[in-house]
Amino acid sequence: MQELKKRLCELLSDGTVARVLGWRRGETSFDPEPAFFGSAEELSDFVYDGFCGANLSKMMIEAARLEGKTAVCLKPCDTYSYNQLIKEHRVDREKTYIIGVGCRGKLDIDKIRALGIKGILSISGTECDGDGDTLLIKTVYGDKSCKYADAMLSRCHVCRGKEHKIYDEIIGESRDTTDGDRFSEVEKLEAMAPRERFEFFRRELSRCIRCNACRNVCPACSCRKCVFDSNNFDSAQKANVDPFEEKMFHIIRAFHVAGRCTDCGECSRVCPENIPLHLFNRKFIKDINTFYGEYTAGEDAEAKCPLTDFDFGDAEPGDVTSGR
Amino acid sequence: MQRIGVFVCHCGSNIAATVDVKRVVECARLEPGVVFAEDYQYMCSEAGQMKIADAIKREGLTGVVVCSCSPRMHEATFRKCAEGAGLNPYMLEIANIREQCSWIHKDMETATEKAVVLMRAAVAKVNLNVPLKSGESRVTKRALVIGGGIAGIQTALDIAEAGYEVDIVEKTPSIGGRMAQLDKTFPTLDCSACILTPKMVEAAAHEKIRIFTYSEVEKVTGFVGDFTVDIRKKARSVDIDKCTGCGVCQEKCPSKTAKSEFNRGLSKRSAIYTPFAQAVPNVPVIDREHCIKFKTGKCGVCSKVCPAGAIDYEMRDEIITEKYGAIVAATGFDMISLDKYDEYAYKKSPDVITSLELERIMNAAGPTGGHLERLSDGKPPKNIVFIQCVGSRCADKRGKSYCSKICCMYTAKHAMLIRDKYPDTNVTVFYIDVRTPGKNFDEFYRRAVEEYHVNYIKGQVGKVLPQPDGTLLVQGADIIDGRQVLINADMVVLAAAIEPDPTARKLATMLTASIDTNGFLTEAHPKLRPVESPTAGIFLSGVCQGPKDIPETVSQAGAAAVKVIGLLSKDKLLTNPCTAKADELMCNGCSACANVCPYGAISYEDREVRGIGVREVRRVAVVNGALCQGCGACTVACPSGAMDLFGFSNRQITAEVDAICR
Repeated sequence: MQELKKRLCELLSDGTVARVLGWRRGETSFDPEPAFFGSAEELSDFVYDGFCGANLSKMMIEAARLEGKTAVCLKPCDTYSYNQLIKEHRVDREKTYIIGVGCRGKLDIDKIRALGIKGILSISGTECDGDGDTLLIKTVYGDKSCKYADAMLSRCHVCRGKEHKIYDEIIGESRDTTDGDRFSEVEKLEAMAPRERFEFFRRELSRCIRCNACRNVCPACSCRKCVFDSNNFDSAQKANVDPFEEKMFHIIRAFHVAGRCTDCGECSRVCPENIPLHLFNRKFIKDINTFYGEYTAGEDAEAKCPLTDFDFGDAEPGDVTSGR
Repeated sequence: MQRIGVFVCHCGSNIAATVDVKRVVECARLEPGVVFAEDYQYMCSEAGQMKIADAIKREGLTGVVVCSCSPRMHEATFRKCAEGAGLNPYMLEIANIREQCSWIHKDMETATEKAVVLMRAAVAKVNLNVPLKSGESRVTKRALVIGGGIAGIQTALDIAEAGYEVDIVEKTPSIGGRMAQLDKTFPTLDCSACILTPKMVEAAAHEKIRIFTYSEVEKVTGFVGDFTVDIRKKARSVDIDKCTGCGVCQEKCPSKTAKSEFNRGLSKRSAIYTPFAQAVPNVPVIDREHCIKFKTGKCGVCSKVCPAGAIDYEMRDEIITEKYGAIVAATGFDMISLDKYDEYAYKKSPDVITSLELERIMNAAGPTGGHLERLSDGKPPKNIVFIQCVGSRCADKRGKSYCSKICCMYTAKHAMLIRDKYPDTNVTVFYIDVRTPGKNFDEFYRRAVEEYHVNYIKGQVGKVLPQPDGTLLVQGADIIDGRQVLINADMVVLAAAIEPDPTARKLATMLTASIDTNGFLTEAHPKLRPVESPTAGIFLSGVCQGPKDIPETVSQAGAAAVKVIGLLSKDKLLTNPCTAKADELMCNGCSACANVCPYGAISYEDREVRGIGVREVRRVAVVNGALCQGCGACTVACPSGAMDLFGFSNRQITAEVDAICR
């Protein structure tokens, strides 16, 4: 992290960039938050460790409107989102200096708590450049420890790979932390009877409190005005008084990001109710792969998404419904 | 608030027998905005239209709902009527209670309930309708005909005769199409070439007609009256202006291994070739796959012997871009592949042939010089079996469900010609039904049976077994006598089904013209608009629309020409006002709409956007109203709902859905 911080200071002081987008130390050692840093002094609060899971790509939409260049720290999986935003003309590559930061999997405080570790005071072993596989946790009940991998976010077990898809320079090393099958959860859902599946989603989504965290964090949900906030549509107003509203919100959101979702997993990470929202998107990704051939949104900034492109080899609507 | 009138049509008994129209009227009166409702026996009749016009004036209606047949049938009729009464035509909507309701339901109670719901949806929509105004677009006074067979040639000639310029694009090296391959034509038995070649020459010589052979349509953009078409002129390797058509190159060409497409692969041709002697233009092409010069770099014989210096090995494909007001598809047909019909031994024995191959064998310019002989040993066949409906009227998935229409007649023709020229030959025809409607057609078939004693057996053939002695054992069924029939044949002729030319599918996509499940181009109305595609400005000529014989093709070709002439005679067309528009304040500039737009109507501009608390330059979508066809693909692709369609706005559609779900 020191090397990264030093380089960011350099970029700010030599005028290459006007600001830095990174993470600021939070109140505890496990809740850093995204922040813009305007000067080398402000960088004293800068932090980059295992808890810096937030995908900063979406904030570059805001940065594109600001004067001068912005340096942004992107993990390998975040670069997919950034590429997708270039494709959608939402960010300005010319005004961006991308630092590809190393990543060996990001941590989930809830996973640690689920291991029975409560009253956490501080956690060490979370450094990104470290290679220790154990976390040492100081709690009010004494010192505890757990394996790094056991505390990782679910999404890191199906890691998008250690490669940065777009960057100006790379600082730190990355690791592919995959130890599971990306689509196994989706396959389980597909194996369910329609009624059972509906029941599953109904139950999960019944916890939704419509805090909009998933939408606000999602790099694909980048509309200036969400249809659900717009008064141009009578349907949006009606949805607000309908008990099926939460379900409708998530289903429509999944359709809107289909073919554009890079599976960054932010929706599930930020959900205060731990709803596995990524499952909707991953089902779409799997279907797109099945019917149109392998496609990875955000792998580059040019490839056309099969859902907004046409060629003569495309699956016919009949093939899709009968092929399921 | 709108003042809406609802008019419920009985359509004789078409609607009224299944839908309680009086109840629909009563329910309509309770709908918000409805101030008047009535029913009538035939709304589309003059008296019916008068009722609508009178009510508009008398009741001061601002919107109208007609509950009747499909809008494709009479929307234009009723909108014109509304316009005549002083109402903006786009304030009138149709609720389709016939095709989508009365015709498909039997129970009056449920059908009526559905009709009421459809009426409600239409009323909900009209409540949000706004008057729309058509723009104008110009008409390019030139037509494009795709396909140079008899259909394309006739259409082009008729258009040209009316004084309009017309281009023919033909993918093979010569115009003429399938008809050029035929020997004689039913029911008059005149020679096909004698009636076709003069038309080919006439087309080539016509000052208003340009012919692009060995060319294909690559790209089509634009809309009715103003299409822009890219045509790929494939490299002919022969300069069409210099070549005199002397034919020395073809004689001297040392590569003579390619199969002649014109003779259905039954003979060989040189690598530099014209498909047939009467080809128009009489200019050869070099088949680069078989040309020794192109394969090895050594040879160049044709170039050396050409007295005109017309050979150009460096020639490349050229793409030309032309503008047209109307496009006629005349892509024709081919025979189906017989790969799935092993039982007829087509692949195993050279003496099992298709009817089109027999056409070539019977033709004086064909592979056998017009002598009827077996391709295996050159001997004259003494027993010939014709099998009808190979792949036509097929119940399983191997073939086509439709009747290919021409086979009964050409098989009678073949049988008759063979019996006439070779009276000692026995001819047997296996058939499911003999279908001979048409002027002088049944008389023709009866002559084959009664005068020429062709043996017609009602029944199908189960198997053709090649025998060691070179004959073919045909196992069939005679379902009238209820017995099995075994025939030792010397030759078997298969009346293979016809199917649309494979290029039709790709072309349909380029033209955004629809095709049916069999790959035939769909007409705008099966009875009333048979030569127009549902896509404005696209017309259909010949077998690309459905199986037909030469007389029918020629009449349809003429009909398509008349439609084209009617269009080209206009100076301006009214444009469809139901086009898309982006709300600049909500547009993300993400390009989703531009990616899905099939008409290239959407572009992006950096514009200063002003709204409450907003004043900045943004990248926003801009729709070219002249190019937009109102398909609505963009409105669905837009994630923020910034894209909306006049006449079918998101609010209108959700209001309709709400009304249905109420």
